[in-house]
Amino acid sequence: MRALLTVAHLTIHEAGRRRILLATVIGGAGFVALYATGFHFIVRDMRSHGGLDGLQTRLTLTFFTLAGLYGANFLAVMTAVLLPVDTLSGEIGSGVLQTLASKPVRRSDILLGKWLAFVTIALVYLAVLASGVLLAAKLHAGTLPPNIGRGLALMALEVTLMVTLSIVGGTRLSTITNGVMVFGLYGLAFIGSWVERIGTVAGNHAAERIGTLASLLVPSESMWLLAAHLMQPGFMRGLEITPFTAGLAPSPAMVWWAAGYTLAALLLAIYWFRRRPL
Amino acid sequence: MSERVIETRGLRKRFGNKVAVADLSLFVGPGEVFGFLGPNGAGKTTSLKMLLGLIEPSAGTARVLGAPLGDRRARAGVGFLPEHFRFHDWLTGRELLHFHGRLYGLSGPALRSRIEELLERMDLVEARDRALRHYSKGMLQRVGLAQALLNEPRVVFLDEPTSGLDPLGRLLVRDVIRELKSRGTAVFLNSHLLGEIEATCDRVVFLKAGRTVRELDLRGRVDRLEVELRLQGADAATLSGLDQFGRRIEADGERVRLELADEERLPEIAAYLVERGVRLYGMHAARPSLERVFLEVMGEEGRPG
Repeated sequence: MRALLTVAHLTIHEAGRRRILLATVIGGAGFVALYATGFHFIVRDMRSHGGLDGLQTRLTLTFFTLAGLYGANFLAVMTAVLLPVDTLSGEIGSGVLQTLASKPVRRSDILLGKWLAFVTIALVYLAVLASGVLLAAKLHAGTLPPNIGRGLALMALEVTLMVTLSIVGGTRLSTITNGVMVFGLYGLAFIGSWVERIGTVAGNHAAERIGTLASLLVPSESMWLLAAHLMQPGFMRGLEITPFTAGLAPSPAMVWWAAGYTLAALLLAIYWFRRRPL
Repeated sequence: MSERVIETRGLRKRFGNKVAVADLSLFVGPGEVFGFLGPNGAGKTTSLKMLLGLIEPSAGTARVLGAPLGDRRARAGVGFLPEHFRFHDWLTGRELLHFHGRLYGLSGPALRSRIEELLERMDLVEARDRALRHYSKGMLQRVGLAQALLNEPRVVFLDEPTSGLDPLGRLLVRDVIRELKSRGTAVFLNSHLLGEIEATCDRVVFLKAGRTVRELDLRGRVDRLEVELRLQGADAATLSGLDQFGRRIEADGERVRLELADEERLPEIAAYLVERGVRLYGMHAARPSLERVFLEVMGEEGRPG
């Protein structure tokens, strides 16, 4: 445990020294500032056109809040993939890991220490971005989406899954190949969810099944869709498809699938890293 | 066997179809400075990595500090300096040592005083709070050596420890190796610099095409000696009579070189020559240089060019 925490500490320290944290703070602050500014002007315009109480207005504001959360989720997912993408492959190539692995520590502690650090950074980033979006919504529109806690927990699970996939790839692949593969998987899940939704709406079972299969293969996008479903008011759920919301929510069983998937991926990473010649 | 710090039998490593190490059989005793020699591509680094548990062998048996390869508890007694030591270059020298010390399970005042002691020993006190990216190659190598010694190991693996070091740095490494030996620490030295090996090692093993092919003890006892005689007035019969003492390598009338089995032959040769009225001007006996033995073992075909 001590070695695990030592490695985690070094990894977070590294993110600080290499200005990765600074870059995420600047990027995140820019995102939230832009979003809040946009929100401000939209709300100002709405107030001048008859107030914020009409159904259409409420719909627009909720839609804009969900769009902000989608942006936060997307940025956090990108960060989750990029942060650990070269932590194993890069350090094996530079010889850093050989020095570490010759110490009296388990390889699993090295891997889990890094995983813990990157998950922590990515989740803090997600929390900061999402809080910024929700704060802007509360300040400007005076409302918050329902089920925020559950929604954010699902987004956190997606981010954790993406960090884990990036680490799994790093045990076997070079940095570039790993990045291409993990983003490819993310894209697969994204497009799979659209195929599934359109297939469902159109009553096309083949498309629906392909989409479901893609979601099972990489359950990242399903977590966002479920979160978006929970965080929209009841009257919006009947709208079926908008770019940032899900009229047709994935089954809650997908949460268990995604959690089990993440755990299995982490165990696979440990297994591969222990056998990896250094 | 239990006294041996390292012992391997028939250790083998294959990567796909390529055999990197075919048969590694060697041992290292406590406090012994052991030289591991071989040309590039002979399998030295793969062998070293197997002993450190970084690569799993395909076959064979081995024990380091009495435990099977890769044993985590045994690694607490092992130090390792990789070739061209590199670590996160944003760490300072002191932070690097602190981090590695914690991985060895050290902490608190004991770790801090060990770090100061090593910084002092490696002549890095002034540079201790500078980031590693501002270190010279030699300084990096020295801080790498310091991290290998944090745990006061029972065996230290040094992979080309003097690469990138200036003559003073090399002397420092040589002194450190002597200090380790005097404390009973075994040193497994992988180096291309034969002079370096000759100056520091007790015993060497030669690795050729992935096999340990020869062992040579460099301590006190001499098992092979070359003697060069400078003489005048020796006739052909006297010269061929020298063959009874050893093998003639070269003889041009005034200068004769012989290879002897041991140094007891030296006074006998002197007496033989004097009895025959030969005037003996010089008699210089020396062990054949390691370079010479290396070339003999590896064969001329291994030489590039």
